[in-house]
Amino acid sequence: MRSALPPPKSATDLLMERADTAGRKGEADSQPTLREIFATKATDAAALGFMLAQIDISRGPVLWISDRVSRKEAGVICMAGLPHGIDILRVDVSKPVDVLWAMEQGLGCPTLGAVVAEVWGDPPALDFTASKRLALRAEAHAVPAWLIRRAAHPNLSAARARWHVSSMASLPNPDDLHALGQPLWHANLFRSRWGTPGDWVARSENGRLRLDHRVEGQQTHLSDQAAHHA
Amino acid sequence: MRGEDKLPVLPFPPQPATRDTQPKQAAPTGPAADPQTKDPRPQQTADLLTHAIAALQHAMAPPAVDLSVTDLPAPDAVPEEAFTPVGEPRWRMGSAKIPSNTHSPSGSASTDAGSDAPAPNPKDPLARRITALHFPRFSMNRWQWHMDRMGHAPPPEVPVALAVEGPHGPVIHATNRAADQMGIQIGARVVDMRALVPDLRVEFADTGGDRAALHRLMLWVRRWCPWSATDGPAGLVMDTTGSDHLWGGEAAMLREIEGKLSTLGLETDLACAPTHGAAWALSRFGGVREVCTPDELCAKTAPLPVRALRLHGDAALLLKRLGLKTIGALADVPRLSLARRFQKAELTHNPLLRLDQLMGRLAEPLQSPDDPPEFSVQSSLAEPVMDPEPHLPDMAQELCAGLHAAGLGARRVTLTVYRTDGEVDRIGVATSQASRDAAHILRLFEGKLERLNPGFGFDLITLEASVVEHVEVIQTRIEGGSDEGTELARLIDRLSAKFGADSIRRPAPRDSHIPERREGWQVAMAQGTDTLPTHAQPRPLRLLQPPEDIRVLYAVPEGPPAQFMWRRQTHKVVRFEGPERIAPEWWADRPGTRLRDYYRIEDQHGQRYWLFREGVVGDGRGGAPRWCMQGLFA
Repeated sequence: MRSALPPPKSATDLLMERADTAGRKGEADSQPTLREIFATKATDAAALGFMLAQIDISRGPVLWISDRVSRKEAGVICMAGLPHGIDILRVDVSKPVDVLWAMEQGLGCPTLGAVVAEVWGDPPALDFTASKRLALRAEAHAVPAWLIRRAAHPNLSAARARWHVSSMASLPNPDDLHALGQPLWHANLFRSRWGTPGDWVARSENGRLRLDHRVEGQQTHLSDQAAHHA
Repeated sequence: MRGEDKLPVLPFPPQPATRDTQPKQAAPTGPAADPQTKDPRPQQTADLLTHAIAALQHAMAPPAVDLSVTDLPAPDAVPEEAFTPVGEPRWRMGSAKIPSNTHSPSGSASTDAGSDAPAPNPKDPLARRITALHFPRFSMNRWQWHMDRMGHAPPPEVPVALAVEGPHGPVIHATNRAADQMGIQIGARVVDMRALVPDLRVEFADTGGDRAALHRLMLWVRRWCPWSATDGPAGLVMDTTGSDHLWGGEAAMLREIEGKLSTLGLETDLACAPTHGAAWALSRFGGVREVCTPDELCAKTAPLPVRALRLHGDAALLLKRLGLKTIGALADVPRLSLARRFQKAELTHNPLLRLDQLMGRLAEPLQSPDDPPEFSVQSSLAEPVMDPEPHLPDMAQELCAGLHAAGLGARRVTLTVYRTDGEVDRIGVATSQASRDAAHILRLFEGKLERLNPGFGFDLITLEASVVEHVEVIQTRIEGGSDEGTELARLIDRLSAKFGADSIRRPAPRDSHIPERREGWQVAMAQGTDTLPTHAQPRPLRLLQPPEDIRVLYAVPEGPPAQFMWRRQTHKVVRFEGPERIAPEWWADRPGTRLRDYYRIEDQHGQRYWLFREGVVGDGRGGAPRWCMQGLFA
C-alpha cells in the first residue's frame, strides 16, 4: 500500500503563510522558496560555499542541474569537496531551457532536499514568468530552489531573495601565517521580498551560515568590497 | 598397444547367439579353425578373425536387421503387396524408409508383421524423439559475433583464446579453430599456451553472459518444438516428438535448425534419437545431423566411446582402465557384474544407470522450464487513427492490471504502432524502479509521441512491458506520508526519458588518489549503494576537467609561483598551503607519468584555487615542470 503525499499548497495557503511571516526582517526566515545567487566572477566558488552552508543535507538528496557552458567554464562539482553525507543527483543538460525544465520537474518532488541549478549568462528563457513559476512551485511543494547565475546580469526576476556573493580574503590561520584560514564571503542581498537588503560578511560555521557586519582581523573593509563590485 | 595389454582386460565379449550369419561367413576361413587347439599361431589368427568379424558385424548391423525382414519375402511377395493398404509408418525420419514403403505397398508378409507389431504405445520409453544440440564453441562464437558487431573482428587465421580465472592464474576456456590447430588446449594455463603460441590473442570469457545467452537461446529454440531445456554449459535438449513433420521430417528439421543457428553465428552439432542419452551421445560423438530410430539405437551407439555416456571424468577413466572403451563393449558386459561393481556410485559416476538411460530402460523426462510471462496489450483499431494518444490510457490501465495481478512492475515499456502501409515504429521508456502505475508510465511517453510519423494512420497499437521485475510492497510509515524513493524514482524516470539515462547520475567514487580519477559517476537508473570515504585534506568544490595550464610569471624555487596568469587574468599569490604530493598510480598510469605537488592558494582578490606542479626539476621524466589549475575552493 502506498500512502498519499500531502497535497501541494494552494495559492490561498501561500498567501496566508506569507501574511504570517511578513513582519520578520532579514533572511533569517528560511522558508523554502526560490533564491538567486550571482557569482561576481565565473571562477569564484564562493556562491557555492554560501549556498551549501544553507542547505540542510539531512532533508534529502540534492538535485544538481547544470548547463553545458557552466560545466565547461566553471568546472564540475567535486564530490570530495562537498560536505560529507550529502546525496547528489547530478543532471547534465546542454541548454538553459532544459535546466529550467528539469528544475521544475525536481521542484514537484517533495522528497528532494533542494534543487540547485546553474545557468550561464542571461538566457531569454529565464524571464520573469519562468522565475515566478519556479518560485511558486518551490513554495507549493516546500522544496528550496537555488539558481546559481554566472556571467549574468540581475534582470527582472521573481526570485524571493537575490544575492551577490564574492570571495573575501580568508581569516588568518592561527597555526600558519602564510596559510589560508576559514573562508569568508562578501554577501550582498540586493533584493528581498520579505527582508531588508544589506551587506554581510558570511562564513560557514558548523555547517550553518553565519552573517556578520564586521569581522575582526579583516583588512578589507566592506565598503571597499562594495565599491569593487559597483 | 603393449602398454594397454598390461592393464586388466576383460575377455572379449562372446558374440550373441542371434547372429546366425557368423558361422556362414566364418566357414570359408575355416581351414585354420579346426587345428585351433594344436597350434598357437592359428589360434591367434582365429582371434583376429573373430575380432574382424565382430567389427564387420557392427558395421553391417543396421542393414542386417532390414535384411532379415525384407530380404526373405521380397521375391515372392511382390504380387500380393498390391492388395493391402499401407501401414502407418511408426517413425517419421525423412529417410529412405518411407519412400520404399510408399513405392511398394506392403505385402501379406509385411502386413502380418505390421499387425503383429504393437501400435506405438505412448508409454513406450523409446516412443519419444529427443533432439540434442551441442555448441562446441559457444563462448568463442559469441565473442566473435560481438566483435563482428563492434567492427573489429580478428581474421579467422589469428589464434584467439578466451580465458577464465583459475586457481593458478588464467586458464583457457575456449579457442577458435586457428588456435585449435596450433595445439591450444582447453583447460591449460594461459602462460603455458603463450609459450607454445607467442602471438596467441587472449581475451577474458564472459561466462555469466554465456549462461544468460544459453538460457535465451533455450527459449528461442521453442520455435521448433514446445519443450526445451538447457543441457550443460553449451548444450540444449529439445523434445521434438510429433513436431518434426511441421518441418518436413527430422532430417529436414535438423538441417533447418542448424541453418538458423548458423545465421546467429553458432556452430552446432545436433542429433535426434529416442532417448536423451542417445541424442546427447550422437550429437557430440556421432555423425553430422544424425537421426537414430529405436531399431538402430544399439547399433549406432555401440561404437561411441564411453565418454558419450555423460559420465564424470573419473568414471570414464575407470572404464578405460577396465578396457571398456566403447558403449558396445560396456553393453556386452553382463549386467549383474556391472551392477555389482557400480552399486553405490551416483548417477554421474554410474555407467550402468547411464547406459539404461541411453537405452531407454530408465526414464529420463525432459524438464522444460515455463516460458517467462509476457505482458503485452494490443488494440487493433477499426479505422486508422492519426494519434495513438487517446488509446494509451486504457491500454496502460490494462497492462498495469496484468502486472499487478502477477506482482510485477515494469522497468521498460515499449509502445509499438503499426502503420497501415506496413511501417512499424517503436518508442521505449524505462523506469528506475519497477512501476505499475499507469499514470506514471503514460507520463513518460509525454513529448515522445509527437515524433511518430502517422502517414496514413495507425491501425494497430501494442503496449508491452518488455522488462519486468518483482515489486516489493512495503508500507514505510503507519501514519501516511510518502514512500521514500518512489517519488524520487519517478523524477529520475522523467528526467531520463527526456535527457537520456546518461545525463542523470549519482556519485560512485572510485578508490584512487588522483582527484579526477576518484570522481566516478554512475547512471542513476542503475540502482546501487555506495559509501563516500572522507578526505583528511581539503578538497575543492569544483574540478576543472581537464586541468588548465597556467603561465607562471614569477617563479620561486620553493612553493607555488608568486604570480601567474590564468584565463588572461593575472593572479598574485597572497597566501598558500602545501605542497600535498600525490604520486602517480604505477598500477594504472603509463610509465612516464610525473608526480603532482598540489598547492591551495589565495589570490589578491581573496579567491581560492587549487594548483599543481606536474613533476619536479630533474626527475628525468621530461623538461621543466608544468603548472596546472585544477580546482576552485569556496
